[in-house]
Formats: sequence, structure tokens, C-alpha cells
Amino acid sequence: MPLNLQPNIPDPDGFYQELIDSQRDMSAEQAEMMNCKLVLVLANHIGDREVLRAALKAAGGKMG
Amino acid sequence: MFATYQYKRFPYVLSPEQASGRIVRHPVVIVGAGPIGLTAALDLGRRGISVVVLDDNDTVSIGSRAVCYAKRPLEIFDRLGCADKLVAKGVSWNVGKVFFGDELRYSFDLLPEDGHKMPAMINLQQYYLEEDLIAAAAKLPNVEFRWKHKVVALRQAEDHATLHVETPDGVFAMEAHWILACDGANSALRDMVGAQFTGQFFQDRFLIADVVMKADFPTERWFWFDPPFHRRQSALLHKQADDVWRIDFQLGWDADPVEEKKPEKVIPRVRAMLGEGVEFELEWASIYQFACRRIDKFRYGRVLFAGDSAHQVSPFGARGANTGVQDIDNLGWKLKLVLDGAAPLALIDSYDEERAYAADDNLRHSTRSTDFISPKSETSRRYRDAVLELAGEHAFARPLVNSGRLSTPTPYVASSLNTPDETPFVGKMAPGANAADAPTLVGGKPGWFLEQIGDGFTLVVFGAPPPVEAVAFGAIAARVRVVGRDFEDSKGLLRERYDAREGAVYLFRPDQYVAARWRAFDAEKIQRAIARALAA
Repeated sequence: MPLNLQPNIPDPDGFYQELIDSQRDMSAEQAEMMNCKLVLVLANHIGDREVLRAALKAAGGKMG
Repeated sequence: MFATYQYKRFPYVLSPEQASGRIVRHPVVIVGAGPIGLTAALDLGRRGISVVVLDDNDTVSIGSRAVCYAKRPLEIFDRLGCADKLVAKGVSWNVGKVFFGDELRYSFDLLPEDGHKMPAMINLQQYYLEEDLIAAAAKLPNVEFRWKHKVVALRQAEDHATLHVETPDGVFAMEAHWILACDGANSALRDMVGAQFTGQFFQDRFLIADVVMKADFPTERWFWFDPPFHRRQSALLHKQADDVWRIDFQLGWDADPVEEKKPEKVIPRVRAMLGEGVEFELEWASIYQFACRRIDKFRYGRVLFAGDSAHQVSPFGARGANTGVQDIDNLGWKLKLVLDGAAPLALIDSYDEERAYAADDNLRHSTRSTDFISPKSETSRRYRDAVLELAGEHAFARPLVNSGRLSTPTPYVASSLNTPDETPFVGKMAPGANAADAPTLVGGKPGWFLEQIGDGFTLVVFGAPPPVEAVAFGAIAARVRVVGRDFEDSKGLLRERYDAREGAVYLFRPDQYVAARWRAFDAEKIQRAIARALAA
């Protein structure tokens, strides 16, 4: 399945609030560490290297 | 300083050719008597080539240096008749543990597959390996060692090269059909041929210490990221022979290499790691920084590069000496056949094709490990730490932990010497793969498959014996070995590993790599495959 860049999250405002709330009491450094972990957790869930590559690109990553 | 090892000195001898001033043309001159040059001396010597080994020093490696030897190099040393002693003296290990802070986050088991003669990995000080290789090579009448011989100039001609060599008696000239440059990462010959040696330098420094202690630490590889005794850096503990332990400390780029090597700096670091009350003696310490780079071409005219002179890797994964030994495994038989006129010069160029491919594979692994161990930016360090934190709790993160991926042979999957399969086979033994070992019975006695295929072209036939005992192409004859007649597949592992149903035929090269395979014996196809494996 190709990378889905169409709206896919039910209750987008609710999700966004949950994301912000999950880091509300963290220092910038703690939040950055959590972001790294979150990327790794989600990347593993996706697993498909093609999709991950497309996601890196969609996020503005420099691809070799 | 060395409590456990007495360095032998090898005598300098004035050679007859220097004494007489008469220039002699040798078949092969090997420059450098390190693990790679010595493996070359032994391999070429056993293949009947007259070799002269030059070394600018007169002893073995100072300090333990390359300490991990993997299965494939051990198989090569076994082919050369000297693995048993190395394995007996070395320390075999399988378990590696990775700590983050003071917590165990991940542990791995090399889980060696049963039914191989050689263990997955041994740890042994480089000086012991060199000592054994020198002793074995010195027994051959056609191998000559010349200590305190330093190459100072090179001149290439069409069919030979001339070396100017400096000894305590002055400078003299010698010629050779082929020169093997096994003179290490700072190779002088590489500069003399004007080769490019490019890649990535890492801005980091490491301290290695050899410490003698009677400790209860298990025989495992322990790797720490950010340990309490050495904050923000990594450390490694590894056991060698004679109760000598190798300890590595990452120091960072700002560390002063002269200062950090002093015992008064090293000892407190080791004490902090081992804890108070552990008695130890510091035997050797060295500071290193490293690069991941390779030479642009492994052959320059009559000069062939092997080992660190051709490719330099980070130490994580034990890919330096292990790869270099495999360079020689690849080169030895090719050089022999070309010197004998049994194969064209193109066979030598396949050395560059196959080993440059392997070097790139090694460099890729080595660079990836280095990026994990020594992150180049704060963000990449954060990702690294995130992996390590997640690895304790979640299985998914453990394969991402990279404290060095241990050396395994690179299959020459796209080599021009391979004959592609006509029919499907399953498993790993595709053309270009190194032969997997398996237990055998020979005349009722237990033995090993690799001993059966030896060091020449060999056809292994599963099932009914073919009508011939060898298949020849030109001067090369591949001898036939029949499973069930010449030796037994005692555990059935051979058939399993080679997907060998009745009638299957494998052609092995002299370096024990698969050249071709078929489902039935066909002498014409075999001849064509031998020709292809000779670049003829």
C-alpha cells in the first residue's frame, strides 16, 4: 500500500490535542526524545521500507 | 611492560643478492609481515610459489591489536594447516551484551549453527596469530623472510616491477613479477603507485588497553553506551588468551592522544570500570582514530593491494584483519594460475572485482556501526539513545542496536566468474557463496566437508558416480568427489545446506567458493564453467 497522504485520522482535533497534551509538561529536550521514540515506534508499525522512504521524503528529508 | 608475552626478535640477514649486487627477479615479493602478508606467504608458499617477505621491523605485532577472528578466516587458516592451534589458544565466545547507562538493554547470541568445524568467533592477540603464521611459513623451503627490509622506491615495467629496498647494509634493488602490498593502512606502496585512498574520517578517538586480571567476568562481549564509569562515551570489554582483557574507551575528538595513553591516565579509567578491589595490571595501551576508506583499484600494474593497504574500516565488527585474510584467500589461487600460465591476466583483475565489492560491503557495515556508536550530531545521538531506551522494553528496537555487526563473508553474487543457475535451488549456496561446512565420515572417521574440497578446483557429486574422475579445461583439472563413495554426509547436513537432491553437482573454486551447480553431471557444461571461473 502506498503512503497515505489523504486525511486518515478520525477526530483530527482530538488527536492533535492528545499529541500536544502528551508533551505538555516536558522540557524541550524530553519532548525531543519522545519525538524520536515516537518516530521509531510508528516506523516499526509501518515496516514497509517503500512507505517509510516515501514518508521521509514527504516530511522534507533529503533522500540519497 | 608485557607480563604475559615475550617478543621474539627475528634476525636481520644480509641477503646474497644484496651482498653480490646481482639483481634477482622473484615470482612474488610480499611487503609487510602482518596477518595479511603472512597469510599470503603461507598460502602462496603452499601453492608452490617462491615468495620473499619483506618487513621493515623484526618482530610481531606490538600489542594485541586485531583480536577477533571469525569463522571464515579460521576456515582459511584451517586450509593452511594452522587453525587448530589458534582455536586451542584463543577464547571462543558467543554471547554479547549491550548496556545503556548501567542497565542491560540487549543481548545477542552468535548462535553458531551446529555442524561446522570452526567456531563463530575466537579472540586471540594478534602477536600469537603472527607467531603461528611465521612458524608455519618458515617451514616451507620456498618462503624467505627478510627482516629490517624497507621499501623506499618502486618502478613498474610491463611484466615486472623493481623495488629499492633499504636494509642496515644500505639500499639494493630487487625485481618481482608481482608485488603484494600488505603494508597496512599507511601503505608506502600505495603512495608510490599514486593510488587514491578515499572515504570518511571520523572525528573521534578511542583508547585501547590490554589488562591482565583474574576476574569472574563471563567470556562475553560487553558493550556500554554512556556507562556510569565513563559518561557520554562508549566502552567495550572483551576477553583474550592468558587472562588478558581488551578494554576500549571512546574518548571523543578533543582528547589528547599523548596524554591519554599515559598509565596514570589509563589506570584510573580502568579502575572506574572494573570497580575497587579488582586487581589488574596494565599491559599495553594505545590511542587510535579511524577512517572508513578504500583504494580506488586493488591492482596497479604489477602491485596488488590487500588488507588495510586496500581498505580501512572502523574496528566495530572485527572487519579489518578478517577481511584482509579473505583478500588473500581470493588472490592466492589466481596468482598461482596466472604465474603458471594456466589462466589469463584477466583472472587477476577479477580479484579487484570481487574484493572491491566485498570491501564496499564491509565499509557499509562499518560506517553504519560507527554512526550508531559515535553519532555526528545531537539529533542522531538522540535517535541512538531512543533506540537504546526502547530496546530494554520493546523487542522491535533491539535489531536497531548496532554495537558492531560482526564480520561474515560477502558472497560475490554478481561476479563475472560465476556461472548462473539454470534450475532453481533453495538455500544460501548460490554461485559466488563460500562453501558451508558440514560433518562427514571418511573411511569411518569423522571429518569435515571443507577438508574434502581442499584448495583446488573440485566437483562434488551427490549420487551415482560420473564416468570420469576429473573434468579438465586446459591445464586445470577439477577432481571429482562423490558423496557416499569418497565420504559420507554423516548427519545429512550437507544435502540440506546444498539443496542437493540425487544427481546434484557443485563446482568449487580453489578458495572454496561455489563457481557453478547443476542438477545433473554434464562434462561440457562443467568445462565451460571452469573456463568462466578462470576468466578464460
